[in-house]
Amino acid sequence: MDVRSQVAMVFHLDKCIGCHTCSIACKNVWTDRKGAEYMWWNNVETKPGTGYPTRWEDQQQYKGGWERDGKLIKLRAVDKVRGAVTVFHNPALPTIDDYYEPFTYTYEELFTAAEGADQPVAKPISMITGKPMNIEAGPNWDDDLGGSPVYAANDPNLEALTPEERQQMFDVEKLVFFYVPRICNHCANPSCVASCPSGALYKRGEDGIVLLNQERCRAWRFCVSACPYKKTYFNWSTGKSEKCILCYPRLESGQAPACFHSCVGRIRYLGILLYDADKILDAVNVPDSELVDAQRRMILDPFDPEVIAAAKERGIGDDVISAAQRSPVYKFVMEWKLALPLHAEHRTLPMLFYVPPMLPVQAKVGDYGYDTSVEGFLGSIDQARLPLKYMAKLFGAGNEAPVRYALRKQLAVRHHRRALQACDITPEQAQALLTEADCDVEQADAIHRLTAIAAFEDRFVIPPMHREEAIELLDEDTLAAKGSTGIGFREGPARGP
Amino acid sequence: MLNLMLYGVLPYLAIGSFFCVSVVRYLKMPFTFSSLSTQFLESKQLFWGSVPFHIGILTLFAGHLVGFMFPRAVMAWNGMPVRLLILETTAMIAAFLALVGLTALIVRRAGSARLRANTTVMDVLVYVTLLMAIGTGLWVALAMRWGSAWYTHTLVPYLWSVFKLNPDVQLMVDMKLPAQLHVISAFLLIGVFSFTRLVHAFVAPLPYLWRPPQQVIWNRARRQPQAHD
Ligand code: HEM
Ligand code: SF4
Ligand code: SF4
Repeated sequence: MDVRSQVAMVFHLDKCIGCHTCSIACKNVWTDRKGAEYMWWNNVETKPGTGYPTRWEDQQQYKGGWERDGKLIKLRAVDKVRGAVTVFHNPALPTIDDYYEPFTYTYEELFTAAEGADQPVAKPISMITGKPMNIEAGPNWDDDLGGSPVYAANDPNLEALTPEERQQMFDVEKLVFFYVPRICNHCANPSCVASCPSGALYKRGEDGIVLLNQERCRAWRFCVSACPYKKTYFNWSTGKSEKCILCYPRLESGQAPACFHSCVGRIRYLGILLYDADKILDAVNVPDSELVDAQRRMILDPFDPEVIAAAKERGIGDDVISAAQRSPVYKFVMEWKLALPLHAEHRTLPMLFYVPPMLPVQAKVGDYGYDTSVEGFLGSIDQARLPLKYMAKLFGAGNEAPVRYALRKQLAVRHHRRALQACDITPEQAQALLTEADCDVEQADAIHRLTAIAAFEDRFVIPPMHREEAIELLDEDTLAAKGSTGIGFREGPARGP
Repeated sequence: MLNLMLYGVLPYLAIGSFFCVSVVRYLKMPFTFSSLSTQFLESKQLFWGSVPFHIGILTLFAGHLVGFMFPRAVMAWNGMPVRLLILETTAMIAAFLALVGLTALIVRRAGSARLRANTTVMDVLVYVTLLMAIGTGLWVALAMRWGSAWYTHTLVPYLWSVFKLNPDVQLMVDMKLPAQLHVISAFLLIGVFSFTRLVHAFVAPLPYLWRPPQQVIWNRARRQPQAHD
C-alpha cells in the first residue's frame, strides 16, 4: 500500500446559481495579464451547451485523456514515436478561436473625442492586435442558452441520446439547463503530466496539486491537447503553458482557494482524501461502466487502523490524517456516494467530484407541472426532463447506476426534510423513501447539514501545510533569505528573445 | 586583415557565444527557454512551414555534423557514383524542404495581424540569418558540385584547424565566393543562436523517450516503508 494524500474537491451542482463569482475571483488574482486574458482557470458553463473551449468534450478532435491498451493505458494525444513529428505542428491543439479572441474597448475615446454632433462610442479592440475587431465570442458566450440550436444542440454529450430524446429535450415546455463550474481536477493519473516532453508538469507529492513549472516549459504544448478537460492553457505572449494552481499559496497559509472562498452558492467543499497509489492502474484499466466504482476502491478509509499505520510509515503527518477523517469530500464521495467524477472515461482519475444536480432532472409528469405526490417519486428520476443517459454521460462514464443512486438519495433526503418542516407527508412515508434510497435518518441529517447549513470550517478542512518550514525545504539559508525579496520565481513574465 | 577577421576571429566569437551565452542563459534565465510556439494564434499555415522546415534543417544539421566528424567515412561512401548521388539528392531535398518551409513561415508571419503583433526583433533576426545560411548553402550546392565531396577535403580541414585553435585562414581565402559566404553566414547564425528562440534546439526533449509517464515531486524526502521482520 502506497498511501498518498490529496487535496480533493466536491462541487454540489444543485446549489450552483451560475453567478460566475468564482471565475472573477480567479481572474483577478491569477490571469489578468497579457497572454492570459482569454484564460479562465475557473469557468462556469451551461449544460447542455458547447462549453469552453467550444466542444472541449469532443475528444475525436482534441484527443485528450487516456485510452485502454491491453494491460496498460496510453495517451490519446501523443506517444513517443508520433510525438517526434507532431511536436513541430500539433494537429490536436485548439487555437485561440476555439476559446475567443480577448477584447477591450477604447474607453479613452469617450473622454478625448473631438466635440461633435454624435455621442462618442467606445469601440471594441482586440487585445492581441490592438486593432478594432468584431466580437464573435467571449467568456461564457453560451450562458443560459439552454435550448439554443447553436450551443445546446451541439453539446457533444447528446450523442448518448436518440434523436427523439434530443427532440424532447428541446421542447419549449421542457427546456432545461444547469451549470457546471470547472477548474483543473488535480487528477491522480494526470494526462497533462504524462504528455509533457520536458517534464515541466508534475504532481506535488504532499498534497497532489498538479503544477506546471514555468522555467521548464518549452512550449511543446502537448499538455493542452492531452488534458481532456482543457485545463492547461497556452499563454500566447510568454510562450509558456499555464494552469490552475489550486491557489497553493493560499492553501499553504490555511485559506481556501479564491474560487472556493468566494463561492456565493457555497457549493464548494475541499478536504483530504487518502488513496493507494499502487492501485492507480487497477482503477483505470477497467471498462467504462466500472470506472466510478474502481476509482472509489482506490480511495482509502482514513479510520482504518491499517491505513493509518501505512500512512504514517509514508511520513503522512497526524494533522493530515486527522484532516482526512474530517474531510467533507470523503463523506460526499465515499460514505454517501453522492459525488461523482466528471467524464471518468478519460481515465485521469479526477480529484474533483460533482454532486449531480437534481432540479433539472425532476420529472415533468402530465401537462400541468410536477407530480409532487410521494408515490413513485423516486421513480420519477427515470422520466426526468434531462434524460438520465445524458447525466450518465457526464458523471457516470456512461453508466446510469451511480448517477441514479446519487439522485435518488438526494430526493429521499429532500422528502425527509419535507416531512420534518412542511409536514405534508408523514415521517413513515419519508422513512420508506430513505430506506429505498439506501439511506437512514442519521445519514440524511448529516447530508442535509453539510449541504444546506455547513459553515466555512465544515466545507473547507485544510490541514496545516507547515509553511514555516518552506524555506528550509528549499535548502535555502533562512538567515540569508531574511529581508530579501522572497523565494522562488524572480523573472518577469515577458516573452523571451 | 578582413580575411583574418572573418575566418580567424568571427568563428571564435560565434562559437564562444554559442556555448557560453547559452549556458549562462540556461542557468540565469531559464524562463526564456522556449520554442515560442505561435500555433495557438495560427495553426493551418504553420503545418506547411514548420514541418518541412524542421525536417529539412535537422537533416542538414546531421549531414554537416557527420561530414565534420567523420570526413573519411563520407569520402569512402562517396567512392561509388550511385552513393554520391544518393547523398547529394538527400541533401538537396533537405535544403529544398528547409527553404520552402522557412519561406512559408515568413509569409505566414507577415500575413497575419495576430502574428505580426507578437513578433520581436529577434524573430526577424532569426529569419534573416537562417535565410542567408540556407540560401548560400543552396548556391554552394548548385554552383560547386559535388558539395559532399569537396566539403570533406577542403572545408572540414579548415573547420578542424579552427577547433585546434590554429585557424588556417588561407584555406578559406582560396575558396570560391559561394563557399566563403556560406561559411560566414553559418558563423553568423551560430553567433546569434544563443541570443534567440533558437535555443529551443538545445532543450529538445530527448529524455521524454525514457522518462516514466507520471512525475511526482516531493518537497520533503519521502519516507520509505520500513521493512517488517
Ligand atoms: C531539435 C529539435 C527541434 C524541435 C523539437 C523544435 C521544435 C520547434 C517548435 C515546437 C517550434 C514552434 C512551432 C510553432 O510555432 O508552434 C519551433 C519553431 C522554430 N524552430 Fe524549431 N525545433 C527544433 C530544432 C530547430 C533547429 C535546429 C532550428 C534552426 C536552426 C529551428 C528553428 C526554428 C525556428 C526558426 C522556429 C520559428 C518558426 C516560426 O515561428 O516562424 N528549430 N521549433
Ligand atoms: S484536469 Fe487533470 S489532466 Fe487536466 S490539467 Fe488538471 S490534472 Fe492535468
Ligand atoms: S461562485 Fe459558486 S454559485 Fe457562483 S457560479 Fe461559481 S460555483 Fe456557482
